[in-house]
Amino acid sequence: MNFLLEIGTEEIPHWMIPSALDQLSKLDLLAAAPSLEATPRRLVVRASDVPERTPDREEIVKGPPISAGEKAAAGFAKKQGVDPSEVKPTGGYYELRKRIPGRRTIDILAESLPAAILAIQWPKTMYWTGGKTGPRFIRPIRWIVALLGDQIIPFEIAGVKSGNITRGHRQLGSSSIPVTIANYESELRNNFVILSAAERREKIRAEASACGAKVAQASACGTKIDPDLLETLTFITEYPTGIRGDFDPAYLELPAEVLTTVMRHHQKYFAVESSPGILAPHFVAVMNTSRDPDGLVKKGNERVLRARFNDARFFWDTDQHKKLADRLDDLAHVTFQAKLGSYKDKTENVVTLVHELAGSEHAQRAAMLCKCDLTTEMVKEFTDLQGVVGGLYAKAQGEPEPVWHAVYEHYRPVGMEDSIPETPEGQIVSLADKLDTLRGCFSVGLAPTGSKDPFALRRAAQGVVKILVEARLDYRFDQLATGDLRDFLIERIQHYFREVRGFKYDEVNAVLAAGITTLADVEDRLNALAQIRPTENFEPLAASCKRIRNILKQAQFQPNGAALKSDLLEAGPERDLAGRLAAFVREGETDYGLRLLKIAAFRPQVDLFFDKVLVNAPDPNIRANRLTLLSNLLSEFSTIADFSEIVTSGDQKQ
Amino acid sequence: MTDNFQETVFKLKRYWADRGCIIQEPYDVEVGAGTMCPETYLRVLGPKPYRVAYVQPSRRPADGRYGENPNRLYKHQQLQVILKPSPDDVLDQYLASLEAIGIDLLKHDIKFEEDNWEAPTLGAWGIGWQVMLDGLEITQFTYFQQCGGMDLDLVPAEITYGLERISAFLQGVESVYDIQWAPGFKYSDVRLADEVEFSKYNFELANVDRLWRLFAEHEAECKELLAAKVPLPAYDQVLKCSHLFNLLDARGAISVTERVGVIKRVRDLAVGVARLWIDSAATEPRPLGSGLEAA
Repeated sequence: MNFLLEIGTEEIPHWMIPSALDQLSKLDLLAAAPSLEATPRRLVVRASDVPERTPDREEIVKGPPISAGEKAAAGFAKKQGVDPSEVKPTGGYYELRKRIPGRRTIDILAESLPAAILAIQWPKTMYWTGGKTGPRFIRPIRWIVALLGDQIIPFEIAGVKSGNITRGHRQLGSSSIPVTIANYESELRNNFVILSAAERREKIRAEASACGAKVAQASACGTKIDPDLLETLTFITEYPTGIRGDFDPAYLELPAEVLTTVMRHHQKYFAVESSPGILAPHFVAVMNTSRDPDGLVKKGNERVLRARFNDARFFWDTDQHKKLADRLDDLAHVTFQAKLGSYKDKTENVVTLVHELAGSEHAQRAAMLCKCDLTTEMVKEFTDLQGVVGGLYAKAQGEPEPVWHAVYEHYRPVGMEDSIPETPEGQIVSLADKLDTLRGCFSVGLAPTGSKDPFALRRAAQGVVKILVEARLDYRFDQLATGDLRDFLIERIQHYFREVRGFKYDEVNAVLAAGITTLADVEDRLNALAQIRPTENFEPLAASCKRIRNILKQAQFQPNGAALKSDLLEAGPERDLAGRLAAFVREGETDYGLRLLKIAAFRPQVDLFFDKVLVNAPDPNIRANRLTLLSNLLSEFSTIADFSEIVTSGDQKQ
Repeated sequence: MTDNFQETVFKLKRYWADRGCIIQEPYDVEVGAGTMCPETYLRVLGPKPYRVAYVQPSRRPADGRYGENPNRLYKHQQLQVILKPSPDDVLDQYLASLEAIGIDLLKHDIKFEEDNWEAPTLGAWGIGWQVMLDGLEITQFTYFQQCGGMDLDLVPAEITYGLERISAFLQGVESVYDIQWAPGFKYSDVRLADEVEFSKYNFELANVDRLWRLFAEHEAECKELLAAKVPLPAYDQVLKCSHLFNLLDARGAISVTERVGVIKRVRDLAVGVARLWIDSAATEPRPLGSGLEAA
């Protein structure tokens, strides 16, 4: 049978809808797989092939032992409410095979749906009826359609009875539409609700693109379809329609970053480019209605945008009255963190750190200016433009390119997907800023605990790692961080190489266990290791290394610097191995890839050694000499990666 | 013909009067928002239904722009509607109120965008939306959940219309100062001097030391009135403290670290008043009802 559930609500916040649908996909519909859809005003579950009823089943109820007699059996039958003839002696006991009839699915769903609907987890819920003990949901539930075949599944939530009446678009549709499962989606469409999110998304994309294409000079330009904005618009509309709006080209004198932020974040408009990287004086707004018959919507949106742009221009002009450099003292009044002082204190730390990191004078100047935009009107209004605004102001105020560029990009990378600053000055200022935040917070006990990370220190640490690796900066890791912060950064290093760069976890562990000089060096060693990993000799050799480690551990061998005594070496595999190792040390191969290849090529000698030579020799001198040989071998092999960390086919996956 | 400012206000008041609201006049102590008036803050508490609408001039000292910004005002006018409990068709009623002031919904774009409201100094918060009309925020809609730190018995709907924005929209003017208030009078004729002088006062002239002293005096007065168990006079003192807090804030006299502490001082008073109101409402008969049945 076909199943339809529509939970009709007041407008649900767009970003919560996907998770709610995901939870509804786990609704128990007796083996039928549900399909899901949603608009801001409705969550919809549909399924076909829902069984009409659950199958009958049999339950065996054990009664008294046969030895208790027929009277006891009759009593048992009476208690079970059956005729005594149904109670049968089996295996020493009386027993009743009870037939439990299956239930109608409609009855089961009528019972289970209210609780299942109210069990949806939302980031924040409300109550709206029945006082504080009333049901909680994301927004008030106003209607429910619940159908199985042509029957209504009867239940009630928050005083709303389920039925077969849905509602259309708030302005364009009817507020009372009887539906069947078959005509549900088409009836909604007749009432200006496009149920399918995919269809709404494509409608927005197509119409927004068409609006922009008309004004673009190059075919690759036009409407910039921001994916996050597209998703938002898909879930704040039931009947999206794109319209083009225009603004005075004079506003194009404002930086594109500011214009785009106003359009995208404040007004939910798509920006339009006339040629690559050049904004056109147009935007695309997406209405939640079918048309703009008198052009009033276009006019209204243009008016709002004009006011916003005027504000931005006002902020820009006002802010120019006080240069960035003159705002440094004002930062004393902006708290960075109660225990760590003001942004002025922070700025001083960052400047010092940039100096310590051998940053150029430009980098030090950028460090001094980088937080000054926090006191500007523009950043107070558009907080997500911090840094960018500072950079633009520094440029307008005649700072040299390396300085303003560094200020502009010193918050990057904002996330794992974001790229690092492009310029050396930007890299060093960003590194110093983040490192200072981390050091400061760790020094006053504000390290993240569990999932709590109010100062976004994980993100800062991730940025530090990304910059050090991708800019191939030459700082020794141990000089950047010690103690808990070092451990915290190592976690982020592991995360970065595993999740962002796709190295296997044991490769990352092996390389880190061999020590860290610079992170660029870690990257080189990982690349070399990952390349050698699939070759035939590598994993067996790694297994041998593990064996050597265990032997040394069992023998409690402490390398005491004693040289290998060649006269104690047995001719054959032992002497061959020692000779080969000596040659390897002499060659001193520094290229990681070649060195690993040469190490892997030791495999036959190592295998032969273990095959033919008894490490645990009766003569203590010979034994000690063999252990020394193995210890030397292991330490020569472990300069790039500690192979004993490599998980080989013989290991259990950790 | 397009309505002037006061006609729009008359129509909204008429609309809500026809739906069972008491039409109140503005409260006569400075407030930052219509929510802070006792008609909202206290009446939403307790089990009795209430319906009220009023225009409230709302003072936000930090928002003043010396009359130079076309959209930002130190004092703006809100039309505040409280429907307790919230009727099931409350959003439809709200949309019809827009029709009543001449907005043809078939020719405009309306969106309800998530915007939850919170007033830390009042221990109050709610769930709701900002209502967007052709990309312009014209209304804040909130289902109150807590007030004075207490869960509410009957969830009220609060509808707060931004009257200047709506009027500027209806009249198609770019600056609030160009709004026609009454025949022959523009918004600037009525209010510009106010904006200029109060911006000067709020940002430059207000005596910070004296404001702190006044804050302490009103706080002390409030505590005595709470002890005397008179919630309404005590609440006026809360509003005084709240306004002084906003003034000190505009003067940049409250550091980030102090801020939390001062907010807590105001909230403790506000919560005290709310508790007292609930407790005394239980023992003394009060004209709380409006003849509407509780849902």
